[in-house]
Amino acid sequence: MFKRKFISALVALVATTPVLAYESSYNMPVGVTPISREVYALHMTMFWVCCAIAAVVFGVMIYSIIKFRKSAGAIPDKTLLHSTKMEAVWTTIPVIILIALAIPAARTLVTIEDTRNAELTVKITGYQWKWQYEYLGKDIAFYSTLSTDSNEARQLHSGIDVNTVKDYLLSVDHPLVVPVDTKVRILLTGNDVIHSWWMPDFGVKKDAIPGFINEAWFKVLKVGHYTGQCTELCGRDHGFMPIAVDVFSKEDFERWIAAQQAATKVAHAAPEPSPGEAIAMTSRP
Amino acid sequence: MKTVSTNNVSADRHDDHKPSGIGRWLFATNHKDIGTMYLVFSCIMFFIGGAMALAIRAELFRPGMQFFDPGFYNQMVTNHALVMIFGAVMPAFVGLANWMIPLQIGAPDMALPRMNNYSFWILPFAFTLLLGSLFTPSGGPAGGWTMYPPLSLQSGNSFPMMIFAVHLMGASSIMGAINVIVTILNMRAPGMSLLKLPLFCWTWLITAYLLIAVMPVLAGAVTMLLTDHYFGTSFFNPAGGGDPVMFQHIFWFFGHPEVYILILPAFGIVSEIIPTFSRKPMFGYDAMVYATASIAFLSFIVWAHHMFTVGMPLAGQMFFMMSTMLIAVPTGVKVFNWTTTMWKGSLSFEPPMLFALAFLFLFTIGGFSGLMLAIVPADYQYQDTYFVVAHFHYVLVPGAIFAIMAAVYYWLPKWTGTMYDMTLAKWHFWVSTVSVNVLFFPQHFLGLAGMPRRIPDYNVQFTDWNMVSSVGGFVFGFSQLVFVWVIIKAVRGGPPASAKVWDADMPGLEWSVPSPAPYHSFDTPPDVH
Amino acid sequence: MDHAQPAVAHDKYYVPHGSPWPFFGSVTLFILMVGAVMTLESGGIGQYVLGLGFLLLFGLFFGWFGTVIKENQAGIFNMQVDRSFRMGMSWFIFSEVMFFAAFFGALFYARQLALPWLSGEGAKHLTSVILWHDFEGGWPSNGPAHLGPSGSGSTFETIPALGVPLINTALLLTSGVTLTVAHHALRAGHRSVLKVFLALTFLLGFLFVFLQAREYHEAYTELGLTLSTGIYGSTFFMLTGFHGFHVTIGALMLLIIWLRTMNGHFTPQRHFAFEGVAWYWHFVDVVWLGLYIFVYWL
Ligand code: HEA
Ligand code: HEA
Ligand code: CUA
Ligand SMILES: [Cu+2]
Repeated sequence: MFKRKFISALVALVATTPVLAYESSYNMPVGVTPISREVYALHMTMFWVCCAIAAVVFGVMIYSIIKFRKSAGAIPDKTLLHSTKMEAVWTTIPVIILIALAIPAARTLVTIEDTRNAELTVKITGYQWKWQYEYLGKDIAFYSTLSTDSNEARQLHSGIDVNTVKDYLLSVDHPLVVPVDTKVRILLTGNDVIHSWWMPDFGVKKDAIPGFINEAWFKVLKVGHYTGQCTELCGRDHGFMPIAVDVFSKEDFERWIAAQQAATKVAHAAPEPSPGEAIAMTSRP
Repeated sequence: MKTVSTNNVSADRHDDHKPSGIGRWLFATNHKDIGTMYLVFSCIMFFIGGAMALAIRAELFRPGMQFFDPGFYNQMVTNHALVMIFGAVMPAFVGLANWMIPLQIGAPDMALPRMNNYSFWILPFAFTLLLGSLFTPSGGPAGGWTMYPPLSLQSGNSFPMMIFAVHLMGASSIMGAINVIVTILNMRAPGMSLLKLPLFCWTWLITAYLLIAVMPVLAGAVTMLLTDHYFGTSFFNPAGGGDPVMFQHIFWFFGHPEVYILILPAFGIVSEIIPTFSRKPMFGYDAMVYATASIAFLSFIVWAHHMFTVGMPLAGQMFFMMSTMLIAVPTGVKVFNWTTTMWKGSLSFEPPMLFALAFLFLFTIGGFSGLMLAIVPADYQYQDTYFVVAHFHYVLVPGAIFAIMAAVYYWLPKWTGTMYDMTLAKWHFWVSTVSVNVLFFPQHFLGLAGMPRRIPDYNVQFTDWNMVSSVGGFVFGFSQLVFVWVIIKAVRGGPPASAKVWDADMPGLEWSVPSPAPYHSFDTPPDVH
Repeated sequence: MDHAQPAVAHDKYYVPHGSPWPFFGSVTLFILMVGAVMTLESGGIGQYVLGLGFLLLFGLFFGWFGTVIKENQAGIFNMQVDRSFRMGMSWFIFSEVMFFAAFFGALFYARQLALPWLSGEGAKHLTSVILWHDFEGGWPSNGPAHLGPSGSGSTFETIPALGVPLINTALLLTSGVTLTVAHHALRAGHRSVLKVFLALTFLLGFLFVFLQAREYHEAYTELGLTLSTGIYGSTFFMLTGFHGFHVTIGALMLLIIWLRTMNGHFTPQRHFAFEGVAWYWHFVDVVWLGLYIFVYWL
């Protein structure tokens, strides 16, 4: 519990650091899940530790450069050949620092890997080049592709000013929809090649590997619209398979589910071949 | 021993007679000639790889697709990396090894001179094959330099060309490495014990061991790709009981030691230059040797830090996080030893020292970002973003490339016998150092703000930093023409350099021979005391 | 720490004169690779280019090694050169060990991690639940889609460890012994013993290759075991295949050493080529033991 407090204090501290907290273009997002916030805290801790070490090391270097210049008449002290004491010091101190850094990292990692007790499970399949979302046990499944206006603008010599396109390259036709304050487990796999599902604001990134299922989870604390991208090179249009998630309040989510289910009932298309079978069929290029 | 036929007549005359004509280069056995060929080749490759990088930076200058098709972008990224790593940095180090190791250990030449020539001449052919693939109907390899299946299996005619090119590069590197090992272990002048070996030789010896240990593994990995593609094997195909991630394990078992192959000789170079221009012996020589060995050892047990997001079991992630972090310790020892060598020295700032100092600062920054990447939960956010791109360019460009330039500026007078244009070289330094930071520092921001790597186009929020980075890229790229110009000028002529070259007290044997170094270095073993 | 060398080695250094073979060798490799690319991608004249490449490769070996042998017979190599050759050969063999390590690594990974995951054990429980419903895993396996020569659902048999592989083990181990006998004979100056045992060694080697080839034939025609029989076929044939290839090379080298012996080459003191080949042969032997244990037996 102390740890949680410590971390939130750290987050608060850092978040008030004017330049670095300037959301967006300089730093990692603090994000909207408990994990993303812990990760942000780890990131900032690492950053400051590195800064501190850099200050010391670079300080000595710069001092030497200024102080011991030949042009300023410095005489070399050739007796300074080695010192077991100093060497022991500068191996031990880094080891201690590293252990201190590894412990909170390991704790966070354990939490990240704990996918138990999820309230909702979504299976996500990466395709060249789109995502498929299946709500397990809810009979809802759909594809999510780059939105048309982005897709038109991104063509070579399209003549469209991309600055005028809303959420250029980050908007999709059908975003994933999840409820707020709910532990959502995602199961990832790939249909053709490896993709990777990254949602920076959730602190989640996991590869979608053909033939295997990877698991991850998130619990979003804030209703909103979030975007991310595929982060494993998956061919020609790797840059054009964004991820978008709409986080709804629990009630809105229930309503959304009901509407979707009604729609699927009407058009119950032939089921997709399961990725496993698809791999078996396309295994020979 | 007495019964041995001690016929030690050499087969070649040891005067300064150089073979003439093209045969001197095609049939070379002289370590200096071969070293020169390596260095020239590396320089050409640096410009080819750099031209590709500039193509990348041009496309990324602003959002929207300006110049090429996304597929071609991927080919540029893939070939940029392969050319830079296998064509520019590694051959440059081998070229330096060829030139300097025999001179530094008092040997006449490399131990296996013909194999030496073989390992060089394979390279131009290997790169003909690789770069030739760009002109096939389906274009060049586009699956990233990491060649992950199943994606890499989707490429067209370029696929086998890339695989065989990698095989050839591997063969060349293995032969080069064997040569270095044998030369250092067998050709040292009497009295030069291993712990008197110059640090450049030490780092190269250890690098050579890394090479012969991991290049065959890469050969194995790409062979499996080949058979998966053409002969129906299932190494990386889950339907047949394989696993695409298995490729990543094998690749990174090669790939991580590979990045130390790209930096250990650079450490060696810096360890030669800093003592010279601090006018003090290297502080903690023994510790430097042990640190290098520890880095090499650790490099074999950290590979999966490139694969934290593949869904490894928790214990695996923990292990690879901790082992990776440990590498900071021996690397830190090196940084501290360099710093202490400067402490109470008498520093002067000729171009080699300037580049070595830039190395010291900027490599350390790259090392810090490496350490951040090692923290698994944070790496979930960094992985495959520009933060990683920034990390590895910091250790590779102002790291490896700067060290190579430092080495060239350090030893060039010994090679040509003339002093190069110092003013121009300092201009080269300042423009490069400023622009390399303009080029790569903003990429940290881009990555943290959420820009994935290997994408040809991006959301408008990333525009500003990409523009800055591209401008830096073009300035950095074109400032390298100054480097080439300095070298060409020095080769053409200039004020003669003395045997010692630098105004300092250097223990190395290379400074005991005249400048330019005679065609045959040491006819008979020099005395080492 | 001072590994001072005998002074005699240092009277004067030896540096070979220029040689066309390395460059010729690079062109050869290039032609080989281009031939291989063409063969794989389109067939056609690719095979001829490949054939030409192999021809040149033989030319390369004969030419290059021939030169070195002549120089050696002329006695121009000193002890230092001899040592260089030895070190070069040992580290070359080490690199070969690492090449095999990659394939052994693949075997262990597939058996210990990939297959258990695919069948729902360990960390990736859901993999089998969702993707590969009733896959059992285990070893030997051709994977959840049962990839193999006759497609989905095909079965295959493995080669029992106690049959020909055991005989082959015996052959190789014996050949190791005969080679050692030959080496002792060489050192003791018993040339006739040397010749006989050297001949025995490579004959055993060729016999091994012959039996191996018959096994492959049986695997393909009767057992349903081919390169494309999932991960088992892949690891089995790549490991034993690369090994068999090395045995063939080793046996050819032994043959050449034998021919040289017949021509009166090698002295009791200096016979680097013999030792180099012997090391290579023992390396091939050790790899086989690994194969026998991990591929055939366990
Ligand atoms: C020359 C090449 C080079 C070098 C030297 C390094 C050095 C290091 N690298 Fe880097 N790395 C690459 C080249 C290199 N790397 C490349 C090419 C990639 C990407 C490949 C790809 O995906 O295409 C990569 C990717 C990469 C990743 C994967 C990122 C990802 O894809 O998600 C990681 C993760 O751990 C990592 C870590 C490290 C670490 C910990 C070091 C350490 O060795 C750094 C140690 C140095 C220091 C820490 C600084 C000096 C030390 C001190 C001053 C002592 C005190 C310090 C402390 C106690 C903190 N690297
Ligand atoms: C040693 C290795 C090395 C070196 C030196 C460099 C040098 C550079 N790199 Fe590279 N890079 C990698 C290794 C290296 N890189 C690797 C491993 C990757 C990952 C690939 C992957 O994802 O698979 C990568 C990826 C990479 C990317 C990411 C692409 C992406 O993910 O989409 C970018 C983008 O900016 C980039 C840029 C640059 C630039 C601008 C330079 C500059 O330093 C280059 C300097 C420029 C020149 C030297 C040009 C000189 C040319 C002229 C002056 C024009 C004249 C032309 C002729 C005469 C032909 N590199
Ligand atoms: Cu899908 Cu990248
Ligand atoms: Cu690494």
